[in-house]
Amino acid sequence: MDIKHSVYIALFAAITAALGIFPPINIAAIGVPITAQSLAVMLAGGILGAKRGALSVVLFLVLVAVGLPLLSGGRGGFGVFVGASGGFLISWIVGAYVTGHIVEKAWNKLNVVYAFASAAIGGIVIVYAIGIPWVAVAAEISFNKAFVGSMAYVPGDLIKAVIATAIILVVKKSYPIISKSED
Amino acid sequence: MLSGLYIEGTTFFHRIGPGKKILSLVLIGTGLFFIRDLTIIAGCFAVIVSLYFTAGVPAKIMLRQLRPAAILLVIIFIVQYFSNSLELATLIVLRFACLILAASLITLTTRTSDMVEGIERGLKPLHKILPVERVSLTISLCIRFIPTIQAITEEVKEAQYARGLSTNIFAIAVPVIIRTLKMADEISEAIYARSFETEPYHPDLDK
Repeated sequence: MDIKHSVYIALFAAITAALGIFPPINIAAIGVPITAQSLAVMLAGGILGAKRGALSVVLFLVLVAVGLPLLSGGRGGFGVFVGASGGFLISWIVGAYVTGHIVEKAWNKLNVVYAFASAAIGGIVIVYAIGIPWVAVAAEISFNKAFVGSMAYVPGDLIKAVIATAIILVVKKSYPIISKSED
Repeated sequence: MLSGLYIEGTTFFHRIGPGKKILSLVLIGTGLFFIRDLTIIAGCFAVIVSLYFTAGVPAKIMLRQLRPAAILLVIIFIVQYFSNSLELATLIVLRFACLILAASLITLTTRTSDMVEGIERGLKPLHKILPVERVSLTISLCIRFIPTIQAITEEVKEAQYARGLSTNIFAIAVPVIIRTLKMADEISEAIYARSFETEPYHPDLDK
């Protein structure tokens, strides 16, 4: 394996951390703050591809776990993983992988539809599919209640998927990483 | 500089190795899920709070650990209260408080560098299936470049502020990402130039 892969993984994990310094954007109509960090998860897969994207999320989460306050709002440490919403953090690994996998498969014909689908499936469907049952089990509430409670975040995540789509397409055009790895 | 959440100290807690701490957290965490009795869980909570005092962590910092989870815990409490009972609601919220406090105590009493060292040591036996040296390099690279990329992000933010785009995530993320990817390519070349992971060359032995 090329050393370049390791450097991409390291620096993208650092980008994910850097996006944590953005203050959460409050959109009055939704009422839930949206942070740029879960956007970075969609981008990790969409820009680096499945394997490297997922590994950069793993690295980011390891650094959070060992005590660096890298999550938005300066949160970090083991505590964030054992709380009720810990499943959402773990789900980011799979989410980045799935986003990356779809983008890789559609690479030569990548357009708005494919890019949006990759961000929405990896960054929203997968993340909720793991995060919601986790909340339900850990808090001993019914799956339906956990599901309804989480829906408040969906509009914000859809906005993020739209932003991710635009960024994935622009980066593909100006500085593609995924096709480079194939030669 | 990137500073961790570590709180300086020399207590018993600060001196236990990170591996032992993590192992005991896993055991405590698993154990807590089997406790169905409110008095026992309240007792656990009291023990964990007293551990904070033993470790010399101020009460203010202890409460700060619970703050990010507070809203969610209140919601869980309300849902549990209306769909089950006050007792179960209290039990579950106390359990989360115990878990979060126990986990945070480890974070507060262990240096990030010791933790990373612990990970590297823990991975050593896996060197056959995992390129351990490369994993260490990747971790160090990331820690080294977080402040750099934060500085780049601030710089781009200022530049876009001048164009009236300071709140536009797209206008900030694209330049940050492309600059970082370019930087990654340069770093890789620098690592190649220093022959990382290549076989050492011994002119005398290779004759």
